[in-house]
Amino acid sequence: MAISLKVNGTVRTIDVPPEMPLLWALRDELDLKGTKYGCGVSRCGACTVHVNGVATRSCQTPVSRAQGADITTIEGLSPDGLHAVQKAWKELDVPQCGYCQAGQIMAAAALLSKTPKPTDAEIDTAMNTNLCRCATYLRIKAAIHRAADIKASAPMTGTGGANKPGSPDPR
Amino acid sequence: MTTQTESQVTRRDFLRVSALVGGGLMLASYADPLEAVERIGALNAAADPTLNAYVRITPDGIVTIIAQNPEIGQGIKTMLPMLIAEELDADWATVRVEQGDLDSTKFRGQSAGGSTATPTHYMPMRRVGAAARAMLVGAAAKQWNVPASELETDKGVVHHRASKRSATYGSLATAAATMPAPDLATIPLKDPKQFKLIGTKQKTYDLKGIITGKPMFGIDVTVPGMKYASFVKCPVYGGKVKTANVEAIKAMPGITHAFVVPGGTALTGLLGGVAIVGNNWWLVQQARKKLIVTWDEGATASQSSAGFAAKAAELSILPPQRSLRKDGDPDAALANAAKVVKAAYVYPFISHAPLEPQNCTAHFKDGVCEMWSTSQTPEGGRGLVASTLGIKPEQVIVHMVRAGGGFGRRLSNDYMAEAAWIAKETGVPVKLLWSREDDMQHDFYRPGGFHYFTGGVDANGKVVAFKDHFVSFGEGERFASSADLGATEFPARYVPNLAFESSVMPLGVPTGALRAPRSNALSFAFHGFIDELAVAAGKDPLQFRIDLLNSEMPAPPPAPAPAGAPPRGPQPVGFDSARMRGVLEQVRDVSGWGKTALPKGTGMGVAFYFSHRGYFAEVVQATVSKAGVLKVDKVWAVGDVGSEIINPNHAEQQVQGAVIDGLSQALAQEVTFAGGAAEQANFNTYQLLRMRQAPPVEVHWRKTEFAPTGIGEPALPPVIPALVNAIYAATGKRVRQIPLSKVDLRWT
Repeated sequence: MAISLKVNGTVRTIDVPPEMPLLWALRDELDLKGTKYGCGVSRCGACTVHVNGVATRSCQTPVSRAQGADITTIEGLSPDGLHAVQKAWKELDVPQCGYCQAGQIMAAAALLSKTPKPTDAEIDTAMNTNLCRCATYLRIKAAIHRAADIKASAPMTGTGGANKPGSPDPR
Repeated sequence: MTTQTESQVTRRDFLRVSALVGGGLMLASYADPLEAVERIGALNAAADPTLNAYVRITPDGIVTIIAQNPEIGQGIKTMLPMLIAEELDADWATVRVEQGDLDSTKFRGQSAGGSTATPTHYMPMRRVGAAARAMLVGAAAKQWNVPASELETDKGVVHHRASKRSATYGSLATAAATMPAPDLATIPLKDPKQFKLIGTKQKTYDLKGIITGKPMFGIDVTVPGMKYASFVKCPVYGGKVKTANVEAIKAMPGITHAFVVPGGTALTGLLGGVAIVGNNWWLVQQARKKLIVTWDEGATASQSSAGFAAKAAELSILPPQRSLRKDGDPDAALANAAKVVKAAYVYPFISHAPLEPQNCTAHFKDGVCEMWSTSQTPEGGRGLVASTLGIKPEQVIVHMVRAGGGFGRRLSNDYMAEAAWIAKETGVPVKLLWSREDDMQHDFYRPGGFHYFTGGVDANGKVVAFKDHFVSFGEGERFASSADLGATEFPARYVPNLAFESSVMPLGVPTGALRAPRSNALSFAFHGFIDELAVAAGKDPLQFRIDLLNSEMPAPPPAPAPAGAPPRGPQPVGFDSARMRGVLEQVRDVSGWGKTALPKGTGMGVAFYFSHRGYFAEVVQATVSKAGVLKVDKVWAVGDVGSEIINPNHAEQQVQGAVIDGLSQALAQEVTFAGGAAEQANFNTYQLLRMRQAPPVEVHWRKTEFAPTGIGEPALPPVIPALVNAIYAATGKRVRQIPLSKVDLRWT
């Protein structure tokens, strides 16, 4: 059936069964490959996206339930990588293999939008369901603190200081 | 100084220099064609020479360096080009890095495993960079009519200070392409004191792509007209399809193909199963739910973890089947020892569980199978695909794609054989993607094992006897993959009376290398038991280890190499007790070992381990509540991997990652078998360590005069025994079984 999804500000219509998880609609129908499949049972967090600003496991969200909602994926957080969380991730070079990192970044961005200055314990609670098999946890935690500082020093409207132009980056 | 890296110089490679269309320089290093013919059958004469060259410099000054090895998160795509850029004196900030494809005519050692990339490529990559630099300098010398020796290079520019002339590499590249190619064997290299890039913290080359969600992993590969595939195998390894309702599956929405694959008998190759192909992977999974298969499960359907444990207990009281090493007279020494300690150590099968499940995209067209693979051994994958399809290796093209973790799982190429078969059968481009359940239930597991130790110390606390009866898996004199024990395992050569003995039972479960293979398991058993001997000796556990390292016996004469054996990778190097003492003493100092009074329930444990040419000593501080809840407070790791830490940024990541990976194994990882099949299928029943459990990991380096070696693995093994030794220090409870989730840690 025809399903309309508003993803990263653009409404697109796809013809899929209503029970298809949002993850597979994003990846295989809308060609947004940044959101990752890790477990399919909401146990790893690699598929985390924002649905109306809330960190959501797209592998367990039928597209029928995502209709009409504002969906943000890693590709829409800031295409230039200028969201405070992405800036901090870059500064600390968080990833190793990088596979879980879209989910980690989306979870961290949702945490900071609710809790601008999280404690270590609050980070542990918010991020504990996002697995990193390479175990980049120490840098993830440090980068969330750093992102909180970046946000605090340059408050912006919108989804988290994403739109400040930065210097062009060769990489 | 002769090092294992220097001994690699004998590679018969030569450089090929070409002008680029439109101007510029291209430099490729070719393996000796004869050897390439030996290895892959023939040279691909039609190969595009602009692909897979190591260095390209275009007139606009852009320097492009090819990264030749599989990137699985270890940072190799950043590190190998750094080695070239260092000697080239390129401006690293503007260097472009491209992933190379599999090309055995130009590259060697295109694999990710065994922490071998650094020792294998440290010198050859630098030579390529030095050769390119020499040609650019030569071009400038010719242009300015000055001796090359008067020229300097920095950040992509050649300078002649005396005449205040400068020229960019871009402006020289076309002329440089006409210069003779230097001899790689004699090209001078920088004195390490002159390094500008090696030894500096550099970020992941692909960082921006990763944090903005670019499609860069195997699972993201898209080919025009591509279909999606699932391959359903028998839960019992090697089982075959008797019947399957493939006609009904074919009729389901979105499904284009469904068919039975007969498969072979080797667990490392293509096994029997049912392929389902469709327009969308999720639709394929829906069809899969309706699949009805009757399996011929084969002879191993009765295997179980309970059966393995019962058989091990039975074997442990029988005379060992084999002797692996015997020094002195262990039984006599035990009879005369002041104290004798006996203990049994058990560790489980575990799964690699890389977060990106196995996948491979393949397109079989006009007799050629083109593949996009995350394999850690793409050359092995090509060979397996060729033999599976009955084609020649040069009819298989392998594009190397970034992997979402490897940990040794992608050393096996079963998913490549499956993708290739399905692509050939359907004639369309196919992306095969395993479900998480497929991935966890069809792994090449780290095998479990059982060690029955006996040790003796004399009245002075010196270890006089050490025996291990290792009960493992295999047949006759052959151990299952990664289920072996080497005759050089420590404390061999450090205890005068020592015996390593083994007994094996048959195994119908595929096993294989997992990050620090063998070592990740043996470290726990051996260095947990060594801690028990320290207690029996009444000595400080860290000083006891230093004393043990000081009791080295003379080395036996080296075994002659088999006649005609080809050199393959870096030579194994012996264990150097002085290097290990160095890291042990340093970890004592940085951790404050023995300097802090810790409350009951908190303790420090130590262990060291030598693997993959790397020396690591680690201290764990852990706290156990009276209710038995464990918290790892902190880990200190000291490593000696030689004279240079090429990229300290990624080196720190690898050590922290390996340490936490080891803790994760110790805490809760276990795969059990029943009815011949794995009982765990996903992260709900197979628990990986999560953020809340991750302790701070302080990383220190001890730089020594030796050639640089790898760091993907050697930091892992010592943390597991260091943890269980810390638990003993905290509680008095000796842990002889992992995972800890099965161990009662309560104390009063």
